[in-house]
This record gives sequence, structure tokens and C-alpha cells, in this order.
Amino acid sequence: MATPTTPATTGTAKRARDDTRLALLFILPALIGFLVFLLWPTLRGIYLSFTRFNLLTPARWNGLDNYVRMVQDPVFWNALGVTVYYVVVNIAVQTALALVIAVMMQRLTRRTWLRGMVLTPYLVSNVVAALVFLWILDYQLGIGNKVLELIGMDRIGFLADSAWVIPTIALINVWRHVGYTALLIFAGLQTIPETLYEAGRMDGASELRMLRSITLPLLRPVMAVVLIISVVGSFQVFDTVAIATRGGPVDSSRVLQYYIYEVAFSRFQFGYASAMSVALLVVLMVITFVQYRLTRAGTSDLAGG
Amino acid sequence: MATATAPAGSAARKPPKPPFGIRRALAWVFMILVMLASLFPFYWMLRTALSDNNALYAGGDSLLPVQFSWGGFERVFGIQTGQEAIDAGGAGQPIAFWRYLLNSVLVATMVTAGQVFFSAMAAYAFARLRWRHREKVFAVFLAGLMIPAIFTLLPNFVLIKELGLVDTVLGIALPSMLMTPFAVFFLRQFFLGISREVEEAALVEGASKTRIFFRLILPISAAPISTLSILTYITSWNEYFWPLMVSYTDNSRVLTVALGVFKSQKPQAGPDWAGLMAATLVAALPMLLLFLVFARRIVNSIGFSGIK
Repeated sequence: MATPTTPATTGTAKRARDDTRLALLFILPALIGFLVFLLWPTLRGIYLSFTRFNLLTPARWNGLDNYVRMVQDPVFWNALGVTVYYVVVNIAVQTALALVIAVMMQRLTRRTWLRGMVLTPYLVSNVVAALVFLWILDYQLGIGNKVLELIGMDRIGFLADSAWVIPTIALINVWRHVGYTALLIFAGLQTIPETLYEAGRMDGASELRMLRSITLPLLRPVMAVVLIISVVGSFQVFDTVAIATRGGPVDSSRVLQYYIYEVAFSRFQFGYASAMSVALLVVLMVITFVQYRLTRAGTSDLAGG
Repeated sequence: MATATAPAGSAARKPPKPPFGIRRALAWVFMILVMLASLFPFYWMLRTALSDNNALYAGGDSLLPVQFSWGGFERVFGIQTGQEAIDAGGAGQPIAFWRYLLNSVLVATMVTAGQVFFSAMAAYAFARLRWRHREKVFAVFLAGLMIPAIFTLLPNFVLIKELGLVDTVLGIALPSMLMTPFAVFFLRQFFLGISREVEEAALVEGASKTRIFFRLILPISAAPISTLSILTYITSWNEYFWPLMVSYTDNSRVLTVALGVFKSQKPQAGPDWAGLMAATLVAALPMLLLFLVFARRIVNSIGFSGIK
């Protein structure tokens, strides 16, 4: 937008049309916040990834050493693999479940109390969610395993067995986030004109048929945004792991962010930790970009009319 | 799939309420299961918190509290003496619960008040004031949305350390006290929608733009501002990773971090589940109460209004 050039008659004008001074004052706090706590740390994080830095002595430039080490570090690759595994399970289950819940909420009842109930887990912290499921899924005493035994199955070490730990953590986080995701999708459903469903019903289409031919195609842009938001969030998993498993057993739940935290705060290798953070940042940006392109987020079939 | 609408008398029902068929019943069953799954863990926290910890270990299978006891809560609030707590299956270390609660309230309040107010000021400048490079600066702010929060944590920790604010409440709050790109974006969207006529009228009467912001724009926007505030408060209250980095002692420890510490102080026999669940419940309670009061507003606020 081209701002109207300041009139030459500033002196006589009752009030200058240009509010630059006032605007500067108004954005100053936010600008400081942006520069000091967002832009500067971003640049610094990238810079630190090329240094050796233990927090006590000044950072020393060491070029690509951290990145070379990263490529050769099996724990890093394992952490990346574990994270991707987590994201896939988490997102697949969460998105599918959220979609079903959203459609049901729309078709059955749109009462607020129902949506409120589904959203309740989102109100508690990841820490609370992790603790309560640590208890529910406890091998000896947890109600989950007692129920399994009751129906004649073997007990499962949900958070102690390396094969179960990632799916379990993924599902704990589904529990906390699925309601929120469902409400996002629900909001998207509201934008689909009711007349389409009326027409569908007139033609004798079933609910399932309308879901496939009306709802899903028109929901695509919404789903794209929901996916981008939730995948990016999912990659940042940390809290649940830190509380419930501390990366164990062995490395089986050592997700990338938890490994970064350990390298930084247990070994004080901030340079290497920063390099892995940069890797995560790159992964997230690529995913956002690819997902945006793949799902053609900008276009809805509704617009094609 | 085959048959669609079940009942034969499909004729006269005017409002297109789907007929009550087996499918609709199944859908309700599914929703009830979802609700149960959402709410059961809360009940289980309460049930465990009100149980006697030793009785839990003795294998109480009841769906009701096992050997009803306030012991869990007493340990959380530090009412039991160390020895009593150990006998009851607790760790016996004192928990400065009120201190953590205070810290959590302080951090969440500072973050919310600062972030919402300063973001509103910036949003006003972006939506209503005329100045050079406005759109460019806004685009730069927006680009900030693309940086995942987690990336800035490490360098921000280094910064907070350099500022000497490690292990202080201010150190935890400061990085998110001044703005988030989302808050600025969200409020700007709303301010853009406010009719200009009211504003022009006030200008003609000689009101300054600052006055217009405080006396006109802010009051008109009370609804979105309070929605944003509630959501910011909840997010800030639930934050774990960042306060975990910054706080080391009771000085600045917030509830989420304290819960993690409480969990790791394992007594000999195994975790003090009754105490832990009591602590968990107490830590979650303020947000659940907030939700109870503002449920409608929170539920309806989730959508794409701000995300675009």
C-alpha cells in the first residue's frame, strides 16, 4: 500500500495526516518484543549452531563442526526417526478422530455443552495429562492394565516397553488435543452452506454419501490449515516425554526436542543443541511448504462454484 | 454403503432432522464414548486423590476412593508433617505449594496483561494510524508467525541468563510479555472491522488518537480482547518447557514444573499416587474453573477468525 504522501501544507493542516510519531510510540513495546525476543534469538540460534558454546565462556566459531557431528550422530538420527514416528501416529489418529467428532457434532447436535466437554482435556497442561496417564497406565496398579487383565489380556507396559512407548505418548497427546482439533474442523464445517445438504437430502442422498461428496471436498482448505498447525505442533513434542519417560526405555522415546534439551542442559553443548534446533526448524519449514502446496490450501471447491 | 434412510414414513417430517435410525443411535454411542474418554481421567484424578496411598498399593480396585482420605491433599498443602507423610507413602519433603501457585498466577498474569495490551497498541497502529512502511513492518511481524516457538527457547535462555533474570518470575514472563505475532494479527483483524465513522466523529470533536484508542477502540473490542486474554492466560499457565529451563528453585518455580519435581521425588515404595493426583488436580483446577465460567466464550472462539 502506498501511503498518501505527506501534504506540503503540513503547517496549515489542522492535523497532519501522518501519524508516524504516534505510531512509533504505539508499536514500540511490541517492536522491542519482536526484535529482542523473536528476531534476535532466531538469528542468534542460527549463529550459535556454528559455534562451540558452553554458556560460561564466549561462543567460539567452529564452522560446520556441529553439523558434521550431527550427521554422524546415531542418537540424532534415532531421535529424528522417533519424532517422525510419533508425529505420524499422533497426527493420523488425531486428525481422523477429530474429523469424525466434528462431523458428528455438526450432524447430531450443535449444543455448546457437548463441544465444551470434548474440549475439557485441552484446558489442562501436558504435564497434567502425562501424570494422569502415567497413573492410569501403570503396569501394576493402573486401572488400564487392570481392565486389560479383566478382559483376559496380558498387561502392557505402556510407558515402559520400547514398542509401546511412542504410540502411548502419541495417544496421550491425542487425548489432550483432539477436542481442540475437532472444534477447528467444526468451525470449518460451519462455512459449508446448509443449502447444499438440503439439496442432497432432496435427492435422497444418505448422510455417508453427503459426507463423501459435499463435506470432505469442501473441507479441504480447512483440513490443510489444521494439518499444518497440528503437524508443526506435534513435531515440538517435549513435555509428555520429559514427564512420563525421560526418553526411555533406552532411546525409544528420545524425541528430538528432548535430545536437544539434554545436550544443552545436561552436557552444556549449546552449539550442538542449536545446530539440531536449526535442523528441526528446516524440517518444519519444509513440511509447512510442502503440505501447503500438496493440499492446495488456497483453493476450495466452493470457490470454483 | 446401501440403504440410507430407514423408516418408511419419510413423508411429512418438515424439518430435516435425520430420522432416528440405528445409525443415529450408533453415532450417539460414539459421542458418548468420546465424552467418557475425555472426562474419565478427571474423575480418576479425583478418585485417586481422595484415596489412601497405601491402600492403593494394597490393590484397591474400587471405582470409588479406596479408604477415603484427605491425606493426598494434606501432603500437597504441607499440612502433614514429614514423618506422617512418609508413613502415608509420600516423599516427606516439603512442597511450597502456595509459592508455586503464586508464581503461576504472577507469570500468567504478567504475560497476559502485557502481551494483550502491547499487542493491542501495535494492532491499533497497524490498523488505524497512517505512517510510512506500515505494511512492510506488519509483513515482517507476520513472518514471525513462521518461527516455531520452540526454536527461540535456547537463544532466549542465553539472553535471559545474560540479563541476570534466570530463576526469576520476570525472566519466565518477559519473552512473551511484549507481543506475539498471533495476538497482533488477531487484534488487527478486529480493529480493521470497526466502523470508521465513530472514530471520525470523535476526531472532529477534537479527541486525540491516543484518546480514541483508550476510550473508543479498547471498549468496543472488549469481547475479542477478553477472549484473547483468557486463551493467553490458559496457554501461559500450562507452559512447561520454558519455565523448566529458567527456574531452578522455589523462587520462580511454577506449578507445572513443580509437578514434575514432585513426581521425581519418588518415595522408596513407589510414587505417592494419591498425593501426585491431588497435586495434579489442584494444579489443573484454576483453569478448569476458568473454563466453567467462560466455557461458551472459549468454545466459540476456536475457529479460523484469527488464523486465516
